[in-house]
Amino acid sequence: MSLLVESSKAPPRMPSYLEAGHTVRSWLFTLDHKRIGILYMAAITVFFSIAASAAALMRIELLTPAGDVVTSETYNRLFTMHGVLMVWFFLIPSIPSVLGNFIIPLMIGARDVAFPRLNLLSWYLFMAGGILATYSIVAGGVDTGWTFYTPYSSTYSNGHVMAMAAGVFIAGFSSIATGLNFIVTIHKLRAPGLTWTRLPLFLWSMYATSIILVLATPVLAITLVLMAMERLWGVGIFDPKLGGDPLLFQHLFWFYSHPAVYIMILPGMGVVSETLAAFARKPVFGYRVVAASSMAIAILGFLVWGHHMFVSSQSVYAGVVFSLLSFLVAVPSAIKVFSWTATLYRGHITFETPMLYALGFIGLFTVGGLTGIFLASLAVDVHVHDTYFVIAHFHYIMVGGMVMAYMGGLHYWWPKISGRLYHEWTARIAALITFIGFNLTFFPQFVLGYLGMPRRYHMYPEQFQTLNVLSTAGASILAVGYALPLFYLGWSFFFGRRAGPNPWGATGLEWKTASPAPEHNFETTPVVTTGAYAYDAEGNP
Amino acid sequence: MNRPGIAAFFSSGASSVAPRVDALFWSLVLASAVVVAVLVLLNLTFLIRYRRGSPARRGPLEVSTWKFEATWIGLTTVGFLGFFFWGARVYLDMERVPADAYSINVVGRQWMWDIRHPNGRREFDELHVPLGRDVRLLLSSEDVIHSFFAPEFRVKQDAVPGKTVSVWFKPTREGVYPLYCTQYCGTKHSQMTGRIVVMSPDAYAAWLTCGPTPRIAERGRELFTKYSCSGCHDQPSQIHAPPLLNVYGSMVPLQDGTFVYAGDEYLRDSILLPTKQVVAGYQPIMPSFQGVVSESDLLDLIAYLKSLPTAASAAPQPSPAAP
Repeated sequence: MSLLVESSKAPPRMPSYLEAGHTVRSWLFTLDHKRIGILYMAAITVFFSIAASAAALMRIELLTPAGDVVTSETYNRLFTMHGVLMVWFFLIPSIPSVLGNFIIPLMIGARDVAFPRLNLLSWYLFMAGGILATYSIVAGGVDTGWTFYTPYSSTYSNGHVMAMAAGVFIAGFSSIATGLNFIVTIHKLRAPGLTWTRLPLFLWSMYATSIILVLATPVLAITLVLMAMERLWGVGIFDPKLGGDPLLFQHLFWFYSHPAVYIMILPGMGVVSETLAAFARKPVFGYRVVAASSMAIAILGFLVWGHHMFVSSQSVYAGVVFSLLSFLVAVPSAIKVFSWTATLYRGHITFETPMLYALGFIGLFTVGGLTGIFLASLAVDVHVHDTYFVIAHFHYIMVGGMVMAYMGGLHYWWPKISGRLYHEWTARIAALITFIGFNLTFFPQFVLGYLGMPRRYHMYPEQFQTLNVLSTAGASILAVGYALPLFYLGWSFFFGRRAGPNPWGATGLEWKTASPAPEHNFETTPVVTTGAYAYDAEGNP
Repeated sequence: MNRPGIAAFFSSGASSVAPRVDALFWSLVLASAVVVAVLVLLNLTFLIRYRRGSPARRGPLEVSTWKFEATWIGLTTVGFLGFFFWGARVYLDMERVPADAYSINVVGRQWMWDIRHPNGRREFDELHVPLGRDVRLLLSSEDVIHSFFAPEFRVKQDAVPGKTVSVWFKPTREGVYPLYCTQYCGTKHSQMTGRIVVMSPDAYAAWLTCGPTPRIAERGRELFTKYSCSGCHDQPSQIHAPPLLNVYGSMVPLQDGTFVYAGDEYLRDSILLPTKQVVAGYQPIMPSFQGVVSESDLLDLIAYLKSLPTAASAAPQPSPAAP
């Protein structure tokens, strides 16, 4: 993307956002979108570590069929904690709140997001929710599973359900505020010449994500309030003993939580489009269709929630309609995979770390997407629903997809964030370890599920042991893959080689400004004259 | 359970629907494998051929991209629709309970399966069924949501409190098969497991009569008094309530001029939701027994009402041993 600099005289250099203040106060009260992004990064790294530790304990427990490491009570609290923290306090804020906050204004040539104070408030709401959720864990935990199904959660569970639900409720407002901020920012603050059809695809995917955040999250809030009313005051809404309907909860919950699945994958697709274009050094194949497919996923994603309820005793015909719509929502995802493959054709490809993560994403997301087709097929879903097949499927999307993309995006924009380069080969090896560890952890779970092992089982029949041992072995490899970046990225932040403004030779406004980005992003407002990914015949920007 | 290890992966299951589910499953595996193979091959080819600095020819594309886009949008949509119809076709057959199916009551409760056969024989966490017979389970729950999962039969259905849901299967192989609860239901969820024993019809008939068979209708009569149903419904009574003789199996006239068939579902609704269908000529004065009468008592009460002389006594329960 070329741009015209309005003034030929070099103005005095602005300090980088990292140099703009060194006190704790300058961080905790910052209105700078980049610093807020870093605050989010620190927070979600902590939540990820807690949730991953819960997963590690579960995998150790599942080494043997008997329940010999922790009690059933504890095991149930571990998987609830893992699910709640991973979904609401890591995956949902991961790419949007960390990379989105940091990169969106830089990508559109703006000084900040539209509402910087609201942006800071979002982080505080997120932290308040996170602290409440952590309190409920420390106080004794919650054993409902992250899905909070009624009437178990509203009447029968004796855990700290209300504190956990309140944490999720408050964090939801953080999501809504962030989504609103991004929508307005992308509408109103684009640099001159940056028309909608010139937007980098990451922005299209973040725009689609933001729409879901704003429209779906209020339904989660309503659902949790209704559950609280039943639990605290015995108002009969979901428990049939009080005159309620337990399936109503599932409808409301999945009306939020299925679109939320797309909150957890669309941003990753955006990152992959950016990195593939940058390291194949050519435009993404079928730009308009790829952009449109993000919007199609956001819209269709609202109409498929019933596929979580094929065996719940909802109407048979509702099941058939939800199945059809679920097949249709897979079409835009397939379009993206084919377009990414075609993007490589006639490129000038190099294999830096972000590219390895992006290629890993394509492979794992494809497996996750195809097994989603199995689950959309009614007759097959009846058999594999609520078994390890489902666990494997959504981890291929959430972890194989979103976490790989988050790691890829983090490595891609790391020079812009830190101003430094990490050790390339160490990072490549970590990416490879993650890919191998991931597959060894989760592929055996497809087989386990097909053989009939139910999810959320503290103990299991002996014939499932071999596959569980394989899965636990994979998890220990995966842990190494996730721990390594903490060390080499941390090291590079202080001691890495200086990156310069554009270490990858990529297009995009974020690469036109200094690294780390200056406090107000650009010396002068950039003007855009070409579409995204305008590489020349030799692959140069 | 009787087919451990990897052999189970290719087993064709033990119910009439299992081979149909498996055919769909393995077709999906095959189609997915083809897609993955093509994508891996293309990606590897491009990655190697177009690595930076390679001599391969580049330059702009000679054909417009929309032709490719239209092709793969079209192909995936057609492929997906095909699998949709296939999956829905098998599912509709799984959901349509055969009219003459042999009915067994299954109540889920933290953390056990409470099973009652038509003659009153009761068992826990073990379900005996006759081979080759369409078996219909009437699933309900006493507390939270449970899910009845018989992997070898490829059958799963949630047991939801407050309602009765049917699920059916036709066992095709004698043997002992695992039964799991697959809807998280609290602390001992992973121990809410059991066995399904498929027996020859003769063996099943013998099994049915050899064990203790509490007279559930008699117990139902006691409950009928205990819950004070008899105060209004037994004749003569001070209160104007519909008599219950000849009700089961009849068409009951309602207040709004319509008729309803008095099957199990009607009896259950009349106890739990008495104002839902008010009998013509009566006032909606009966209190709801929702949350008052347990699922287990409810089944006994219904059994008692069914034991009264009925309009449909000419058509008794189908005999269990008949194929």
